[in-house]
Amino acid sequence: MGDRSNSIRVKVSRGDDRGRHFDEFDVPALESQTVLDVVTWIQRNADPSLSYRFACRVGMCGSCAMTVNGKPRWTCRTHVSKVLQGDTLTIEPLRNLPVVKDLATDMSEFFDKWTSAESRFVPTKTREDAIEIVQPATKERIEADAAIECINCGVCYASCDAVELNPDYLGPAALNRAWTLQNDVRDGGKNSRLRAVTGEGGCQNCHSQQGCVQHCPNTLNPTRSIAGLKRLATRAVFKREL
Amino acid sequence: MRAKPHRNHPLWYAYVVHRISGLSLAAFIPLHLYVLGLALERRGELDQLLVWTEIPVVKAAEFGLVFLLAVHLFGGLRLMALEMFQWRDNQKTFAAAAASAAFLLASLFLLRSF
Ligand code: SF4
Ligand code: SF4
Ligand code: FES
Repeated sequence: MGDRSNSIRVKVSRGDDRGRHFDEFDVPALESQTVLDVVTWIQRNADPSLSYRFACRVGMCGSCAMTVNGKPRWTCRTHVSKVLQGDTLTIEPLRNLPVVKDLATDMSEFFDKWTSAESRFVPTKTREDAIEIVQPATKERIEADAAIECINCGVCYASCDAVELNPDYLGPAALNRAWTLQNDVRDGGKNSRLRAVTGEGGCQNCHSQQGCVQHCPNTLNPTRSIAGLKRLATRAVFKREL
Repeated sequence: MRAKPHRNHPLWYAYVVHRISGLSLAAFIPLHLYVLGLALERRGELDQLLVWTEIPVVKAAEFGLVFLLAVHLFGGLRLMALEMFQWRDNQKTFAAAAASAAFLLASLFLLRSF
């Protein structure tokens, strides 16, 4: 049960890109409390004007990511006890994205880049054709499987130095998604997609330092996917397809 | 020196070491070519310079240089393998191995020069 005898000192980033400052709150410490619980407590009990975003509270929707004590995290599944430094918690919006207000970032550019990376399935069959069976043991399916559970939370994007250096870089999540489609035997958009994920903002921007792997809450490995895209691109150059 | 929290992990440091060693080596190349030039054209001056390399501080600097070269070489091989072959999960181990091998090589070089 809750232990209200001690409290957490919480520094919350307020404002938007025109000006940001920290507000401090004392929040009662509870057992099994998540960072999202803390933010919600502040908004309900201390300052109703605090803006933040969440939906599912169970690590499915990917909307609650924030910077917690300097690291990007999904807040609904981050226990305070795991990330507390002393008795202090510093909560900021995700890096590398414009701030709408307080802890809510504008994720449009993140999702626009998914579109630029042609991260949608291109069907090759009609309803008249038989359903194509994808064999679970094939190399392609195993590669796709390893990368498929992305919840679009933007944590990897916020941890990526390459995005910080080059704002046009498509980023780990969009490229990871593109890789799953390059491994989908039913997909018909591979050539065009490979062109979309190489060049200017493409996979070659990645320095493989693996901040994305380090922080992805779903333990995905975007660096592995990006390395796969780099291999496809190199191969295509040698075959004069790119 | 500690990096920002989101960068504070081994492979980010490996990235920084690779960058810094690369830039330092690039900066060293002109000096290296100059010494080579001396070897070809003006023997006397080269001998003077070689006497200078007996000074311990210069020896330590040479150790540093060999380390930079080796760490950039091994680190570069790790990155090329990462990008060209099937993914291997033990990246941190490979990075640590590259750094250790570079240190070993530089130490051998230092021992040999005494
Ligand atoms: S490995 Fe590549 S995509 Fe991942 S954080 Fe580093 S630069 Fe970004
Ligand atoms: S790859 Fe991981 S960190 Fe990146 S958006 Fe998907 S789930 Fe989030
Ligand atoms: S609220 Fe949905 S993932 Fe956190």
